[in-house]
Amino acid sequence: MVKVAIIDYGLGNLRSIKRGLEKVNSRTVITHEKKDIRDCDGIVLPGVGAFEEAIKNLRPISDEILNQIGDGKPLLGICLGLQLLFSISTEGGIHKGLDIFKGRVIRLPSNVKIPHIGWNTIKILKPENPLYRDIPDNSYVYFVHSYYGDIEDKNKIISVTDYGVKFPSAVADSQVFATQFHPEKSGRTGLQILKNFVSILKS
Amino acid sequence: MLAKRIIPCLDVMNGRVVKGVGFKGLRDAGDPVELASYYYEQGADEILFLDITASYEKRDIMIDVVERTSEAIFIPFTVGGGIRDIEDIRLILSSGADKVSINTAAVKNPELIRRSARMFGSQCIVSSIDIKRVYVRSEEEAPDKTVLETPQGKCWWSIYIYGGRKMVDLDAFKWAEKVTDLGAGEIVVSSLDFDGTKQGYDIEFLRELSRRVSVPIIASSGAGNLKHILDALTIGGADAALAASIFHYGIYSIREVKEYLAENGVTVRI
Repeated sequence: MVKVAIIDYGLGNLRSIKRGLEKVNSRTVITHEKKDIRDCDGIVLPGVGAFEEAIKNLRPISDEILNQIGDGKPLLGICLGLQLLFSISTEGGIHKGLDIFKGRVIRLPSNVKIPHIGWNTIKILKPENPLYRDIPDNSYVYFVHSYYGDIEDKNKIISVTDYGVKFPSAVADSQVFATQFHPEKSGRTGLQILKNFVSILKS
Repeated sequence: MLAKRIIPCLDVMNGRVVKGVGFKGLRDAGDPVELASYYYEQGADEILFLDITASYEKRDIMIDVVERTSEAIFIPFTVGGGIRDIEDIRLILSSGADKVSINTAAVKNPELIRRSARMFGSQCIVSSIDIKRVYVRSEEEAPDKTVLETPQGKCWWSIYIYGGRKMVDLDAFKWAEKVTDLGAGEIVVSSLDFDGTKQGYDIEFLRELSRRVSVPIIASSGAGNLKHILDALTIGGADAALAASIFHYGIYSIREVKEYLAENGVTVRI
């Protein structure tokens, strides 16, 4: 059974993502230790809270995460976990992210209710991406966010969602995947996405 | 497109569902976790637990419910009832709930909304508002209140705390605007006039509120039939509808509600 390291940076609860990953047959470890990040088959960067606090808590282990990604270890960023992978966030000032995806994290437009809370559809642009295996186009997934990652290389967008603006609801670059929505809160669709991520770790 | 949400509400006392009814396949209809799992499987978009445990000392039972629920269902859930301070909020969120709903404590200390929204994020702070109509003959009777014409007559809306037992002389619209400014991410509106009546939600209130606040509104109390839910989401402009008895007594399944809404042009997740 593959082992997934769920990065704990001290914000929010990780119970659902842990349970979701276990339900699709993986072992999990909730951690902020470099050793666990080295020893696992894949990394999940979950997301709750504010960018500034999260990136601050992540700094001590970010070099290890980057090393492992550099070596080809798969990573799944979720919600704020997606945003942390971007170059810069504009949430509460200007803050540097991990710079894996070039682009800025910006606020949703003001013509819609913010936060974007609830079930919305994903328009899948890259159905061949392994993260979206067996996921029908226009599936509903659960969102809770006020900011989104405005990625420079549009070719890395694997799905978009319409909420005042068509924003990237998931991005991918080889073994790094990230969703703006919460697969662990997205019912069966979400569990299938987690299962797909675990399958990527096996291959 | 963003779907309108259907949210079953479970009243929980001392760790047991109040008004729990046996569904086929349920081992224990009184177990909140089991009932929440049932609704999850049926296609509920979220679950709301309202903890009506009277004794504060017994609240660790609810924490156990929250922990077990977060491991059983893969949709968001909210816990409300009896939340007093930041520590209560922290405990419930860290036990696995996605959101907390706050009512009385926020009225008594509005700063709680601001502080908790800043600490945990607006998305997990839900302001729950109990409203009741105060009928008047003319606007002059209530000079500093929002008086509207309704099919039942002119009225303004007052808020109530302590589970509907104590009226607060505060215009419900102004209060809703205030909690939004303080950082509440959603507002649940329960009408004491309509609760349990199966006469429908307070559409007039919802319609005006959705004009005045920018956060999602969850209509609660009063659903007796499918048209009531449709009206709350369309005429009332609510983003979600919460219901208890129509689901618990098996009058409608979540699927039936959603199919009806979809037939009537409402975007829902089926």
